[in-house]
Amino acid sequence: MKKVLDITKEHCPMTFVKTKIELSKLNDGDILEVLLAEGEPLDNVPRNAKEQGYNVLSIEHVEGTTHKVTIKK
Amino acid sequence: MAENKKLSIIAFSGDFDKLTAVFTLGTGAAAVGYEVNIFFTFWGLDAIKKKQGRSFTGGNWLTKIFGFMMGGLKVTPTSRFNFLGAGPKIFRYLMKKNNVATLEELVEAAKALGINMYACEMAMHVLGLKKKDFIPEVKDVLGVASFLNLSDGGQTLFI
Repeated sequence: MKKVLDITKEHCPMTFVKTKIELSKLNDGDILEVLLAEGEPLDNVPRNAKEQGYNVLSIEHVEGTTHKVTIKK
Repeated sequence: MAENKKLSIIAFSGDFDKLTAVFTLGTGAAAVGYEVNIFFTFWGLDAIKKKQGRSFTGGNWLTKIFGFMMGGLKVTPTSRFNFLGAGPKIFRYLMKKNNVATLEELVEAAKALGINMYACEMAMHVLGLKKKDFIPEVKDVLGVASFLNLSDGGQTLFI
């Protein structure tokens, strides 16, 4: 099951707070695609996901300052 | 590697700006895997009252006055530049304009992240409040010793 979360307009701490809340709702094997801005979110969201045991499958540049991080539980 | 990352916050202040700091730190820490405890005491109890808005809570006329003056999150003053209530309105406007989380959003996030919230027994007695006056997410009523036990091994902040 795949879900998309757009946090491009959010600021700290809601960037990783919202990501964490969505991640905790996932079942094993589910995928969360997070659209985020570069800078603080791009630096912190993938790292935090990894630290908490989630698999960061990829980090891609979408357009402009937006990036997509694909995370699997 | 710090496996048991823990942050405990003593929320003493009932000011809008300081409560925003309490919930920003709390939700931020919880979002990166910390176990978070928030111990609400004195003015901080205002943030976790079930009946938000001004009301005459408490057993006697003095506590009823406090219940009225401490009207919950919507009317908390800022610690500076309150200007008879204009301060928080200005800050809320600026926060919304810059898409920064509001105090209410942070409190909801704290509940969603399972942050442990506790109320201080001593302050409750003084202000005439009971456990049923608080939001259901408040886990327990504690005293100093229990709080020190809980926060042992982690970082503690006084806000």
